[in-house]
Amino acid sequence: MNPQELLYAKTHEWVYLAEEGGTQVATVGISAFAVEALTDLVYLDLPEVGRTVTAGESFGEIESVKAVSDLYSPLTGEIVAVNEELREALEKLGEDPYDAGWIVKIKVSDQTGLDQLMDHAAYEKLCEEEQA
Amino acid sequence: MSYCYNTPEDQRQMLQAIGLDSLDALFDSIPAPLRMQRALDIPGAMGELELTAHLAQLAKRNASPSEKISFLGGGSYDHFVPAVVDYVSARGEFYTSYTPYQPEVSQGNLQAMFEYQTLICQLTGMEVANQSLYDGGSAAVEAVLMAMSVQRRQGRVVTAGSVHPEYRQIIETYFANLKTQLVTLETPQGTLPPATLEAALSDDTACVLVQQPNFFGCLEEVEQLAEITHRAGALLVVVTDPISLGILKRPGDYGADVVVGEGQCLGTPMQFGGPYLGIMACREKFVRRMPGRIAGQTVDRQGRRCWVLTLQTREQHIRREKATSNICTNQGLFALRASVYLAAMGPTGMREAARLCLQKARYAQAQLFASGRLEPVFAAPTFKEFVVRDRLADVDGLLADALQAGFLAGVPLGRWYPQLSDCLLVSVTEKRTQAQIDALAQFVAKTTPIKTVEHAKHA
Amino acid sequence: MRNTRDTQLLFELSKAGRRAVELPACDVPQEPIADLIPARLLATCDLPLPELTEPQLVRHYANLSTLNMSVDTHFYPLGSCTMKYNPKRNERLAALPGIVDLHPYQPDESLQGLLALLYGLQEMLSEIAGLDAVSLQPAAGAHGELTALMVAAAYFREQGERRTKILTPDSAHGTNPASASMCGFDAVTVNSTSAGFVDLEDLKQKLDDQVAVFMITNPNTLGLFDPYVRQIADLVHERGGLIYLDGANMNAILGVTRPGDFGTDMMHYNPHKTFSGPHGGGGPGAGPIAVTAQLEPYLPSPTIVKKGNGADACYQLDYDRPRSIGRVRSFFGNTGVLVRAYCYIMTHGPDGLRRVAENAVLNANYLLSRLQPLLPVPHGPRCAHEFVATALTLKQQRGVTAMDVVKRLLDFGYHAPTVYFPLTVKEAIMVEPTETESKETLDAFAETLRQIVDEPPETLHAAPLMTPVSRPDEVAAARKPVLRWREAEQPSQVEG
Repeated sequence: MNPQELLYAKTHEWVYLAEEGGTQVATVGISAFAVEALTDLVYLDLPEVGRTVTAGESFGEIESVKAVSDLYSPLTGEIVAVNEELREALEKLGEDPYDAGWIVKIKVSDQTGLDQLMDHAAYEKLCEEEQA
Repeated sequence: MSYCYNTPEDQRQMLQAIGLDSLDALFDSIPAPLRMQRALDIPGAMGELELTAHLAQLAKRNASPSEKISFLGGGSYDHFVPAVVDYVSARGEFYTSYTPYQPEVSQGNLQAMFEYQTLICQLTGMEVANQSLYDGGSAAVEAVLMAMSVQRRQGRVVTAGSVHPEYRQIIETYFANLKTQLVTLETPQGTLPPATLEAALSDDTACVLVQQPNFFGCLEEVEQLAEITHRAGALLVVVTDPISLGILKRPGDYGADVVVGEGQCLGTPMQFGGPYLGIMACREKFVRRMPGRIAGQTVDRQGRRCWVLTLQTREQHIRREKATSNICTNQGLFALRASVYLAAMGPTGMREAARLCLQKARYAQAQLFASGRLEPVFAAPTFKEFVVRDRLADVDGLLADALQAGFLAGVPLGRWYPQLSDCLLVSVTEKRTQAQIDALAQFVAKTTPIKTVEHAKHA
Repeated sequence: MRNTRDTQLLFELSKAGRRAVELPACDVPQEPIADLIPARLLATCDLPLPELTEPQLVRHYANLSTLNMSVDTHFYPLGSCTMKYNPKRNERLAALPGIVDLHPYQPDESLQGLLALLYGLQEMLSEIAGLDAVSLQPAAGAHGELTALMVAAAYFREQGERRTKILTPDSAHGTNPASASMCGFDAVTVNSTSAGFVDLEDLKQKLDDQVAVFMITNPNTLGLFDPYVRQIADLVHERGGLIYLDGANMNAILGVTRPGDFGTDMMHYNPHKTFSGPHGGGGPGAGPIAVTAQLEPYLPSPTIVKKGNGADACYQLDYDRPRSIGRVRSFFGNTGVLVRAYCYIMTHGPDGLRRVAENAVLNANYLLSRLQPLLPVPHGPRCAHEFVATALTLKQQRGVTAMDVVKRLLDFGYHAPTVYFPLTVKEAIMVEPTETESKETLDAFAETLRQIVDEPPETLHAAPLMTPVSRPDEVAAARKPVLRWREAEQPSQVEG
């Protein structure tokens, strides 16, 4: 996926929205900036398929040796897929954050949270500010 | 002032370097109205000699097992401690070090922690153990909280009345500010009837807490309890007596999901209740929800095997309000003592100690019941402790007379179980001899009016 | 000269048939075990424990011990942990049989000496705190903190109030918010000012009728006494809230100022820090709490009460406390640690305790003045018992981190200061020398640091170079945790 075309949450998740069989499905991952900031990832706590999440709610956790961060759902809906392969191959998050590093897919049930997401340019600006 | 180096001349030079003219000036940042205008009102300083005499005087006013023959138990026991345990734990490099934050200069502690974790797994039959919690009671409440977090069930926790009453009180205290309900099941026959448990479980029950051997010394039907618990989708948390595992089936072998216990019996003196050793072990899949420090094996930059504190993101200094627990100390010193104890005892020593406890407790039961004044209360099999009823219903009088005669005869149960206010919990460790047990039985017999004996014979 | 053979794991040293302990033969008539306990409850084989001899154990552990740094052997300026000297008399006295062998359920009349001691400690801790009542029950500082919050919750419950929030400063120990959430409260962070104190404006904004407790560490984790602490207390009290003091840093103010005098309603002590308990590789500690009279009814049960006076005085464990929160641990508390604290306080007396604070603060300020030219101390130039330096400039200019610097200290025989805490200072190096170190040690430590900051970055990245092992691979340890020894997977590795 082209990072330029994705939407981003201010908590560093990226979102790719697509139509699948008449419903909106969001693929969610975390940005290359976030992966780099976390360093030395050691564990990913993934949710179960079927769990419903609301925008802004934590659906999982990502741990480095000495830090832990929540993964926040950018949108509201039901988790329909989880990237199980990541559990044993955390390096994919760093190597290929926007494709092989996807984390969950959410069947979006309403538009809550959508207006909070930003485009790539706005997100880059946010990262620059955070780095300063 | 025995422990400070600074001479008046040192102090003068140091103040000069800082740019201050007096020691008082060091506290300038404390607003004057907040500063003490008088000395603390506490006793004056004592030199080592006076303090030693003072403590000896205080110690003399206490009755210790060295002068009274003790049959006290209920979670703290007078087991034998081999000298090698004292030697190892007293080494200053273990005794005066802190949490191994710097693994390069803490390999002694870290390896000892890793060995302890392994020994506890071997002892309990579980897959992972942490580096200890405060005591058996706090380990029990932490296990319950952990089970709630693992199962994502906050509604109910079920326990048996035969679990140590103080452990249950701790859980009640912790639950006072949470929404979870603690359901305590009656154990009128001394153990938890499986059918009673079955009826108490609900869809939102996170775990069942039982003790084996239980507080009364009785053995629970743990396999059945485990099966019923699991059928309801709850976890089984077991409080174990480590010494009993020299002959009893290990909790991991009958389906326990989390095992906790008081590790005092593994080489730590009774010291009026603490500090002790809270043991906790669990299934590997729960490890990221387990509180407390954990040591893990890894390699250094040269590829040499070494150990390090690991899975630290569970802990409060990183996760803060979302930590698995607020605990940040462990009982490292007593974990070390337990390790040395277990390694010194080995499989044979643990088996022998457990058998001695069992046989002597059995013998004591027979002798005490023969006195006529005391009678059995529960029929369930027991390990090293048992409950006796005083036919004269004068537990306080019996204990006071026994103390006069040189015995700490038992723990009165009325404080926790009003219906057992005429009962005592008697504990017998491998340290008690036949002569001591006989002496207690003879003492009890002497306090028994003849008609009670006659009544007992006809009962 | 290192003996790596005997520091193999216990399990690798084990050999079937060896033993270190032999128990006496059974002196009572024995019954078949099968008659006593049903087979379904019995183990079918012996425990899979290692088998070793006593000399083997001694050599194993004696060699392992030499791989540790400790207060007995090294300068240990681990900030916020107060690693002071552990007096040997305390150990001897706490080990008297009339103290160490007492059972927690002995009758009170057989414990009068110990109860007198513990009652005396309650009184002294109450006076040092400037607060009215003490519970000795909590087992550690964090446990005391949790207990005090439970006391607060019970107090508000009885007032008919349901307060939901606990405020903690951003520089607080992680235990503060963790304790708050275990007690069912929401933890809300209050910012610090650039000077390192509680931001009063931020506090005022976050303070409302939902705030149960403001938890403050004073002196704080930056080693600064917050001069506005009285104003903070007044603000919180005006809204009906309580002030909790994290007593981790009492060493800096003993006999100089008292928490009760600056508005504290409840606090915990860390006697293993302030009153010199041995740390034993991470514990035991104890966490007695002191509270105001209005909170006394809620303290855990039992407490010790004194009946009568003079020669007729007798002491009792008081369980009759109907408004108490209950119990937070089994038995009485961490008596062994408390006895050592008693010995420590009795050794010092009122003047001695004040001199402890004076010398702790003098040593910290002196070391600060020596280190400041090497590593900036953002909240300097003065401090209480500890200070926080930063390696930020070093990192920006030469790529050397706080971790690199302290790892190199290990090579020179100094334990590392605390790093990366508090979270409010970047590349933090938190130094607490304590009062039981000499000027010569502090000078030598400063001189070593001066050498270290000039060393080539590559040396520092590689440090430590002279320790028994170099930096462990923590990522590997956390990714694929190996948390116990397993027979099959671990061929024995003998070095050298």
